[in-house]
Amino acid sequence: MSETSGHSPRSADDPEPLRVVLAKLGFDGHDRGLKVVARTLRDAGMEVIYLGLRQTTESIIAACEQEDADVIGLSMHNAGHLTLAPRMVQAVDTAGLDVPVVIGGIVPAEDVNVLIEAGVAAVLGPGASAEEVVAAVKAAVTRQSAAR
Amino acid sequence: MSPNSLDEQFEAARAGNRRVLGRLLTMVERQDDNAVVVSERAHRDAGQARVIGVTGAPGSGKSTITGHLAAVSGADQPAILAIDPSSPLTGGAILGDRIRMDNNVSSNTFIRSMATRGHAGGLAVAVPDAVRVLDAAGYDPIIVETVGVGQVEVTIAAAADTTVVVVTPGWGDAVQANKAGLLEVADIFVVNKADRPDARGARRDLELMLDLGHRDDWRAPIVLTTATEGEGIDDLWAEVERHTSYLHDSGELARRRCRRRRSEVADRIELGLRDRAHRLIEAHSGEFALDRVERHELSPAAAAQQLLASLIPDNHPED
Repeated sequence: MSETSGHSPRSADDPEPLRVVLAKLGFDGHDRGLKVVARTLRDAGMEVIYLGLRQTTESIIAACEQEDADVIGLSMHNAGHLTLAPRMVQAVDTAGLDVPVVIGGIVPAEDVNVLIEAGVAAVLGPGASAEEVVAAVKAAVTRQSAAR
Repeated sequence: MSPNSLDEQFEAARAGNRRVLGRLLTMVERQDDNAVVVSERAHRDAGQARVIGVTGAPGSGKSTITGHLAAVSGADQPAILAIDPSSPLTGGAILGDRIRMDNNVSSNTFIRSMATRGHAGGLAVAVPDAVRVLDAAGYDPIIVETVGVGQVEVTIAAAADTTVVVVTPGWGDAVQANKAGLLEVADIFVVNKADRPDARGARRDLELMLDLGHRDDWRAPIVLTTATEGEGIDDLWAEVERHTSYLHDSGELARRRCRRRRSEVADRIELGLRDRAHRLIEAHSGEFALDRVERHELSPAAAAQQLLASLIPDNHPED
């Protein structure tokens, strides 16, 4: 059989649906946006593993492993992004997972580059259209598989 | 560092490497050429685990009950396969069962969400393969949860050693109970949300239905639960254990598994034939037959018969 080590090789044009884990980290109760994103990604033909509220980096990593996810989407609305987003990226690296992290929610413009430099694949603000959300997720997966 | 050969991957999965197990499941879920090889390797070690099916209407509390069952089983390594429908329009899916389980299950539980995906009937073979992989990786029990709507979903939940059907108060009366195909597959009934009025009415209707006759010497017990509070879950698990003993003592387990093997092989033949049928119709002989149908020289039935005969001889020598 073909090479099966490492993460199953994926690219955004793979005919099988992308698998996306969506979650909110810690005590951030605003999940309306995440639900809209879940619906948006579903309508774009993706499989959304919806973890919802009050997740930890550990629970997200565990879900990614069991679900063989291609990308993690985190929604942040309580100004915790500078602490939590890099921590998530760190946790993914420590676990040795080959999965990009996309952030959505309220992130001030001056923080976006800080997150990108910390290893976040993309940051989506409240003005992002459905098309932009889908394109960002696909691009994150494509870049990740290209870097492999 | 990453295991390469299939044997190494199964070894790693057995030793608790969940990422490797997750990937093996992806391979069988895709039902591509790798899937056949993975399935074959898994089949060598499979057959040890208890398989429990949980099904019922949307919102009846299946996922919450499933999570509780994994926890009260007291097993070292329980696994849950949670199946949700894909959108027929976009192929996408929202797999939300984990949020009903996370609070109940312990970290030793392996949960995998599966979407029904587009391929017609594919689920009927992808799920047994996923169960086989979990089984070979040492997980036990394996709880398969499906929404009890649609023939395929009910059939999948019914293809278990023990099938639990979840209903809620107000779901219907004795007449509904007799016409719903869902209920015929139950080894155990759960009336969930039993804190609501008329839970006892729901139980009475089920009892009435069962009084009219049941399949064999096992009469499906009815357990009342309030899953969000964890009430009645111990009773439910006790009934699962009792049914397991019944399966062993009566010889029904071997009969069930024999039926399951037969129907899986039949399903796979059917899928393979369907695939070949589509290719045949695209091929030259298919085009030719279709042209004759268009000119009214051949009926669709006759064309199908001719093409089918080219796939399989009508009078098989073994018949």
